[in-house]
Formats: sequence, structure tokens, C-alpha cells
Amino acid sequence: MKRRWNIAIWAGFAIVLASIISYIPVFALFPITRDIPWANYLLFAAGLGLLGVGLKRAFSDPQHYRGKISGSILGVLSLAIAGFFVVGVLYFSKQLPASPGAPRVGQPAPSFTLANSDGKQISLADLLKGNRGVLLIFYRGYW
Amino acid sequence: MRGFEQHLGEFRQRGIAIAAISVDSPAESNKLCHSRGYTYPFLSDPDATAIHAYGILHPKASPDGQDIARPAEFLVDSAGIVRWANLTGDIRIRARPEVALEAIRKQLGT
Repeated sequence: MKRRWNIAIWAGFAIVLASIISYIPVFALFPITRDIPWANYLLFAAGLGLLGVGLKRAFSDPQHYRGKISGSILGVLSLAIAGFFVVGVLYFSKQLPASPGAPRVGQPAPSFTLANSDGKQISLADLLKGNRGVLLIFYRGYW
Repeated sequence: MRGFEQHLGEFRQRGIAIAAISVDSPAESNKLCHSRGYTYPFLSDPDATAIHAYGILHPKASPDGQDIARPAEFLVDSAGIVRWANLTGDIRIRARPEVALEAIRKQLGT
């Protein structure tokens, strides 16, 4: 008798992959799914659950279902992906220096002159000219 | 970044300019602005001098181990005084435009 393709394993792995890939381009855009990434946690849980179902089938009923080897590999891989995401969210994204030297409210803002994206030199005074203020957004870069 | 672009009109209406600063080169910023449609200035601080002056250097934190800025926002008034500062404790969680607009309303009036 031909053994059946164990779809739960592959579907589970696909959901785990979709979860990690979707965070930055989709869920991180909205504060409600960004600050606590519950949508991604749910996807990981669903994917790992499906993988578990598939693995159970593969090992308890190997005459009918394939996937003992592929399921084990994808299961370990999925756990690693989910673990990487959780550790990234709970630990690595919070690793920031203390920044005691940052100007506080009421202190003068250090002046600067920097090139804009056309190479033109722009100073803090230029940004303030004719305005009530300027919002400086420092970002990490390397996109 | 995208959120601030979407709310740019509200900042302008309140007389507030927006500028983004990173260690990226002008060419890289140019590419970013064109691909994402950002119209406010992106300033290039390749040696992190301004980033250092603002006390927000994150040493060796870029993918290739260079010093970069930690994410931070400063509201500076026309006299050059810092009126609001936001140093996030989590690189995923930046100040939202609504939060900055609220700070502007509180600090500088509408």
C-alpha cells in the first residue's frame, strides 16, 4: 500500500515560515501587532501544533503516513525559527546602551551640519528657519 | 518613518519640520527616500559626530560592527532647546507620529 503524503508537517512548516517572514513587512507596521507580536506567536503556535499532529501520525502510523525523517528535520527547524523570533523580541531588541549623555528637556540641542540625500549641507539652524521647531528622528540605518 | 510621512501635513501645519538622521550615506538615503516615497530630509552622519553629540551612540551595533545611532526622537524649539526627548528601550518600538504630535501640543501649544 502506498503511504500518504503527510500534509500536516508541510503545512505546519509553511505557517512557521510565513510567521517569521511576515513580521517586518506586515505586523511590525501596526503598533497593535508590533509591540507584543501576538499574531506571530499565534502563527508559530498553529504551525508547531500542525507539525506535532503530522509527526504523531508519522510515528504512530508509519504504514499509512510518510514524514518520520522530513517531519523531524522540519520540526527541529521550526522550533529553532520560533525560538530565534522569541529571543529576538524579548532580548536582542532591548539591548540598548544607557545614553546618559543625551540632552535632556530644557537643555540646548547640539548643533550640526549634515548632508541631505542630495548631498546638500543642512544645519540645525536651517531646519529651524521659519519653523516653530523640528523633530529629529535618529534611526539605525543599514536598510 | 512611514507613519511620519503620512502625518507630515499635521507636523507642517503646526510649524514643525521633520528630519531623519543616521550613519547611512546620502546615496543610501536617496535610494530609501525614492523607494519609500519619503519627502522630509534624511541627513547623513557617516562618522556619527552628531549622533555622538546627542549622546545616543550605539557602539558596534550595525550588521558590520560599526557605531550607529540608537533609535531616538528629539523635539527642538526655534531657540534650539530640547522640549521633548524619547529614547526607546526597544529597537522595534519607535515613537509613533501621534505621540510626537501630542508632545508638540503639550510643549509648544497647537
